[in-house]
Amino acid sequence: MYREFILDHYKSPRNSGSIENADIIHKEVNPLCGDQVEIFLKLNGSGTIQEVKHLSRGCAISVSSMSLLSETLKGKSLKDAAGIRKEDIIGMLGIPVGPVRIKCALLCLYALKDGIVKYESAKP
Amino acid sequence: MMEAQLNGLEVDKIRSDFPIFGRLINGKPLAYLDNSATSQKPAQVIEAMSSYYREHNSNVHRGVHRLSIEATLAYEEAHKKTAHFINASSMEEIVFTKNTTESINLLAYSLMGLLKKGDEIVVTQMEHHSNLVPWQQAARKTGARLKFIEIGSNGELKREGIESAITKNTKIVSAIHVSNVLGTVNDVRHIGQIAHENGALFAIDAAQSVPHMPVDVGKLGCDFLAFSGHKMLGPTGIGVLFGKKDTLGSMEPFLYGGDMIREVSFEESRWNDLPWKFEAGTPNIAEAVGLGAAIDYLRGIGMDNIESYGKSLVRYAYEKLSSAGNIEIYGPPPEKRSSLISFNIKGMHAHDLAELLNAEGIAIRGGHHCSMPLMHLLGITGSARASFYLYNTREEIDRLCEAIGKAKAVFKV
Repeated sequence: MYREFILDHYKSPRNSGSIENADIIHKEVNPLCGDQVEIFLKLNGSGTIQEVKHLSRGCAISVSSMSLLSETLKGKSLKDAAGIRKEDIIGMLGIPVGPVRIKCALLCLYALKDGIVKYESAKP
Repeated sequence: MMEAQLNGLEVDKIRSDFPIFGRLINGKPLAYLDNSATSQKPAQVIEAMSSYYREHNSNVHRGVHRLSIEATLAYEEAHKKTAHFINASSMEEIVFTKNTTESINLLAYSLMGLLKKGDEIVVTQMEHHSNLVPWQQAARKTGARLKFIEIGSNGELKREGIESAITKNTKIVSAIHVSNVLGTVNDVRHIGQIAHENGALFAIDAAQSVPHMPVDVGKLGCDFLAFSGHKMLGPTGIGVLFGKKDTLGSMEPFLYGGDMIREVSFEESRWNDLPWKFEAGTPNIAEAVGLGAAIDYLRGIGMDNIESYGKSLVRYAYEKLSSAGNIEIYGPPPEKRSSLISFNIKGMHAHDLAELLNAEGIAIRGGHHCSMPLMHLLGITGSARASFYLYNTREEIDRLCEAIGKAKAVFKV
């Protein structure tokens, strides 16, 4: 489970940080363990993701999932980003994720999707 | 054998009573170090429950037929054993619930009638959610104020914090006896004295103490005491609320319905005698029988022996872990703690550690331990926790330390 690249993403998460004037800011907490990821997305005029940051505090699986996901988001439309499936996340991790750790792996996806839903529903 | 000679417990013999220790986890013998979450069950408990279902199963306090009488006697006998175990005066003071959480909910709901705006409820900063959230809700619904006894940097309650938190406006004080995170054994007798000097009721969350040390409600001087059967070798689904007879007698029921009534008309009802007034509906009869068998088992070994053995294990683990390096241990030194130890390896999340230990057949807990405010106070989101019981050995602690070393190598920390 703890392959070299997972540990690498855990120790040096890509796109770590925050965006001050982000269009989408959303924090998701895993109530079972208290792990949290906060995602920041900056959009360009046509609604495409221009910049991605995140603040992640959690286990190797939750942090590396968020890190891996963050690398795929830039240049995606919100619609495409909202269409990312849990199988895509598991595919990116490339390791068997059991029923317990799946919640860690998918925390980033919930943060992304709920953030997009929140943004869309706040539109006039 | 060494274990037996060293500590007065025949651990090899004890282990042979627990069928689950025959299991291999990832090809390794199970080292079960998650006893603060729940304990394993000896064959004596499993057999008592199975025999109840095979030979005596019926509903209680109802029929006049043979099985119903046997089931009622067995169910009441479990109350009597529990009363004797914590030195309550009679089974009228023993209410069976589902678990500690339900026991405290019963209290919070039933005592809400005593509370009004301006009153205070006092708990500690090291409560499990079970002894925090029910009181938060009681405060919210009545306008009472929830106050906290603070923890010092040593992981113990501040003595002056007890006296400053409890005032003449305090109606209820509820405190955890042994912290499920820090292992701290709180001086609940002292807290109870201050509570009573101020005219408040005093409750104890004893989920982590009753399984591990002799507990005498008379000596502790509490009005209420809550604990769970499943952490003391008994089954899940059975918990206990001890309450002083006069206090329970004056309280409103929590759940209404069958078996808790004396007389019902279309308009109104009168309540049954104690403790049945608080046990509405068909109870967990087999679980009560299982709890009785667990108490017999524990008494057979002796709670003093179990306490001193637990202390010897935690001292051994504390010393070994302290010298591991790159480790942060939470809570007081071993002489002031019960048989559990929470820690973090720097640079490794507790869940990752738990996962890697699992590969070695070792079961520990990683997470916030249902104590999120305390985690916040400690500045962490979670910790690893190894918790011991009468069937654990020093050899298992050696395996734990060795496996932590391996995990550190994987994470290069």
